Amino acid sequence: MVPADRETQDLIRRRTPPRPILLNTVRAFLVGGAICTIGQFFLGFFRGRGLPLTEASAVTAATMIFLGAVLTGLGVYDRIGRRGGMGAFLPITGFANAIVAPAMEFKREGFVLGVGARMFTVAGPVIVYAVLVSVLVGAFLWLLGAIG
Amino acid sequence: MEFLLAFVVGGLLCVAAQLVLDLSRITPAHVMVLFVSLGAVASGLGLYDPLIRVGGAGAIVPLPAFGHALVQGIIREFGKVGPTGLLTGGLTAVALGLTVAVVSGLLMAVLFNPRG
Repeated sequence: MVPADRETQDLIRRRTPPRPILLNTVRAFLVGGAICTIGQFFLGFFRGRGLPLTEASAVTAATMIFLGAVLTGLGVYDRIGRRGGMGAFLPITGFANAIVAPAMEFKREGFVLGVGARMFTVAGPVIVYAVLVSVLVGAFLWLLGAIG
Repeated sequence: MEFLLAFVVGGLLCVAAQLVLDLSRITPAHVMVLFVSLGAVASGLGLYDPLIRVGGAGAIVPLPAFGHALVQGIIREFGKVGPTGLLTGGLTAVALGLTVAVVSGLLMAVLFNPRG
């Protein structure tokens, strides 16, 4: 895209409808809240099977990832995403969606450079920076003598 | 009650993410990276465990919990094996979720074609 000059930028700004921030916020709350409520069912189930909180959390997250992947495959999650905004993308089901949607879309480019590479378009950066920040946090706690 | 708390805590985290998205010029992918990083920092400050105690899945399902899981894994492994745990504990703790994500991602790509 050619960078627009100042006048054109002003014109674009005036012609672009304002984002419906309040509506987006309400939708994010309802969709995100609903997804987490479904997660609470699984958490309760796995806790009831005697899993400690850490393990139950990990299994709940994995279950929600699988659910998000299946709903993306069926084409349902895209509709949830259009309504829910970050309410659909911040839950771990949105992480699964970010993996599965490009994996399906780029199947025509083959299973190595299409599916294999593109499934990490969004998930890759999330993993990269999560690993980086967590190691930094761990190192910091070590230096402070808080762990060890 | 725990379902209501999960709804409210999870919903509010998503509201925070939505406001960052709407009030800035960054993309949803940037917001996801930001929140997973914030989760790791909050975990290191000891703030994320209390949020889970209140919100249950409302704090476990949103992405900041991924950063939290990495940090708690590092702390656990550090306690067991020493400084090596700094580099092994994080991914060990999230191995289940990542493996399920990769395998189910591949499976769905084989089974389904995109529509629209």
